[in-house]
Amino acid sequence: MRFLDHQGFERLLATLADDGYELVGPTVRDGAIVLDRIEGADDLPRGVGEEQGPGSYRLTSRGDGRYFAWAHGPDSAKRFLFPARELLARMRREGGAFAVETAPDERPIAFVGLRSCDLHAVAVQDRVFMHADPGYRRRREAAVFVGVDCAEPGATCFCASMGTGPRCTEGFDVALTELEGGFVVQAATPTGEALLARIETREATEAEVEAVAETERTAVAAMGRQMDEWDMPALLYRNRLHPRWKEVASRCLACGNCTSVCPTCFCHDIVDGVSLSGDVATRTREWASCFSEEYSWAAGAVVRASRESRYRQWLTHKFASWIDQFGTSGCVGCGRCITWCPVGIDVTEEVAAIRATDGEVEVVTS
Amino acid sequence: MRERAKPRVAVFKMASCDGCQLQLLDAEEALLELAGAIDIVNFAEASSHIEPGPYDVTLVEGSVSTPELEEQVKQIRDQSRVLITIGACATSGGVQALRNLADTEAFVRTVYPTPAYVKTLERSHPISDFVKVDYELTGCPIDRGELLGALSALLAGSAPRLSTSPVCVECKRRGYVCVVVARGEPCLGPVTRTGCGALCPAFGRGCYGCFGPSQPPNTEALAKRFIALGLTPKQAADKFRFITGWAPAFREAADRLERGPRSAKEGATP
Ligand code: SF4
Ligand code: SF4
Ligand code: SF4
Ligand code: SF4
Repeated sequence: MRFLDHQGFERLLATLADDGYELVGPTVRDGAIVLDRIEGADDLPRGVGEEQGPGSYRLTSRGDGRYFAWAHGPDSAKRFLFPARELLARMRREGGAFAVETAPDERPIAFVGLRSCDLHAVAVQDRVFMHADPGYRRRREAAVFVGVDCAEPGATCFCASMGTGPRCTEGFDVALTELEGGFVVQAATPTGEALLARIETREATEAEVEAVAETERTAVAAMGRQMDEWDMPALLYRNRLHPRWKEVASRCLACGNCTSVCPTCFCHDIVDGVSLSGDVATRTREWASCFSEEYSWAAGAVVRASRESRYRQWLTHKFASWIDQFGTSGCVGCGRCITWCPVGIDVTEEVAAIRATDGEVEVVTS
Repeated sequence: MRERAKPRVAVFKMASCDGCQLQLLDAEEALLELAGAIDIVNFAEASSHIEPGPYDVTLVEGSVSTPELEEQVKQIRDQSRVLITIGACATSGGVQALRNLADTEAFVRTVYPTPAYVKTLERSHPISDFVKVDYELTGCPIDRGELLGALSALLAGSAPRLSTSPVCVECKRRGYVCVVVARGEPCLGPVTRTGCGALCPAFGRGCYGCFGPSQPPNTEALAKRFIALGLTPKQAADKFRFITGWAPAFREAADRLERGPRSAKEGATP
C-alpha cells in the first residue's frame, strides 16, 4: 500500500482532469452533499459532516480538514451512468425521409469519492444495462472510479450486513482510506496503476496500514442499521399477504423518493414527443417509479392500483425477486431510501416486522 | 411539407386572472411554429378578430362562478370538438374557491353598494362540474411546455401525455435536494401532480400544490408529517386549502384536519 498526501491527492484529481475526464464528485449544495461536476479538490466538502436519520438529513461542521468524513448524500453514480432524462433519438423530416440525429460525444467521467456501497451498486446496474443499453455501456466503460472507504457511516447505513462495505473491495480503479494528513491508496486495475505511477506517493508505514483496518472496524461498529437476509427471497414470497403491507401503505406517500435515490433502481419510461409542425420527433427515456400508479398501466388498466401493492412490489423486488432476476440482491445497504423518504419509512424495519410475524398469514401457492 | 388542414382553435376565459392564456402568448420562439400549425380564430386576449364556432380545439381558462358563465361554458362545449380546461381555476375552482367555505351572500352584502346587481353562484366551480372536459391542464399558471406538448400531440393525432405522478418524481429527476428531509420544510410535492418541473423545490421552497392532487394521494400520511414538523392541524389544513383547495382530495384532507386532532390521527386506508 502507498501513502498519498493532500498535495498528491490534488495532483491525482488534476491528472484525471488533464487526461480529459470530467470530474464528478461530492460537493455541498442546498444543504446536502450532492454528486456533481467538480473542478478539483477545492470543491469537495472538506470539514463537513452529516447527521442522517429516517426522513432527516442535516449537514454539520466538523471543523477539521477531512474530505470524506461523512457517508453520502442523495446522489449516486446512477445519476450519471443512467441519467434521469436522456434523449435517445431525435428525428427530423427531410424531404421524403427522416434524418436521425445522434447525441454528441460525452467526456468520460472520473468518479471521485464513491463509497463501497455505490461501487457495488454500479455492479448491480451493470447486470441490468450492460448487455442492452449502448449509452450506459459507453459511459460505464469509459469511466474511472476513485473509491473511498467509509470512516463515518450514517445512522441509516447497513452495508456491513449486506456484504457491500464499508471498505472498498471491488469495482474501483483506485481506492483511498482517509487518515490524518492524507490517504492510504491502492490501485486495482491497470488504469489505476498507471494513474498512481504518475503521482508522487510513498510506501505506507506499518501504522498506516494498521489504521486502514482500524478504520474499517470502527465503521462496522458504528453502522446505524442492519438487514437480516436469511431465507430471502422465500421470506417475502410467502408473506405476500402479510398484514404489514397494508400498515406500511397507510404511512407511505407513494412519492417515489426511495426509488429515485436508490442507486440500483432502474425503472424508466420512454416518452415520445413531436414538434408543433410535426417535422421533429424525439424519444426520451426518463426515470420512473414503481410507486407511480401510471407506471403500472398495462393493456388498458392499472395493474397495481393500491399503494399496498406498489409498496410490496418495491420491497419484494429489491430484496427478493431481484435475486431470481439478476442473481444478486437489489439492495446494497446504502440507507438512502430511509434517509430521503419524506416520512422516514425504513426498509430494515419493514423486513424485520414481516420476519417477526412470518407465517401469520398462510398463503396457498397455486 | 405535409398537407394538413389547420385546426381552428379558440381560447376563452371565465373567472380568472388571464395568467394561463398568457402562457400561450408568451410562447416566444414557439409562437411562429404555433401560428403555422393552428388557426387561432377566437382569442379575445390576443386579437379583436373573432370567428364563430365550431372549433376543433378549445382552451378554457377560469372557473364558473356566475349563472352567465354557466350558460356560456355550455355553449362553448357545444361548439368544441376537443375541450381542454387550463389552470387551477378551470380544473378545481381556483383560489377564488376559498369563498366556497364561507357565506357568499354575506360577502356580496358587505362588498357591493348595490347587492341586487350582483348575480353569482353560491360557489366557484371547476368547468367539469357543468360539461364534459376532454383534457385538464392543471397549474397556477399552467406549464407552457405541457400546453405546447398537449397541442403538438393532438395535432399529431395522439393523446396528450399528462402524468399523474407526484412532483417528487420530477424533483428527484432534476436532482433537487428535498426540503422536507434536509430542511424540515412542509412540502405538498408528494401529493401534487407533476407538470411544473418541480419549480418551488428548485428554489428551496415547499410545493404549494398549485397543480392539484396527483394519483390518488395519501394526504393523511403527509398531514401527519406536517404536524410532526411542528404545524398545528389548522396550519396543516391551510396548506391543503390554497390554490387548488377545492379539488376533492385536498378539500377532504383539510376537512379531516379541521374536524379535530382525534380524526386527524386516525390511520389512513391504503
Ligand atoms: S433499497 Fe435503500 S438501502 Fe438498499 S440500495 Fe436502495 S436506497 Fe440503498
Ligand atoms: S417508502 Fe417513503 S420514499 Fe418510498 S414512496 Fe413511500 S413515502 Fe415515498
Ligand atoms: S422537496 Fe417536495 S417535491 Fe421535492 S422530493 Fe421533497 S417532498 Fe418531494
Ligand atoms: S412546486 Fe407545486 S406550487 Fe410550485 S409550481 Fe410546482 S405544483 Fe405549483
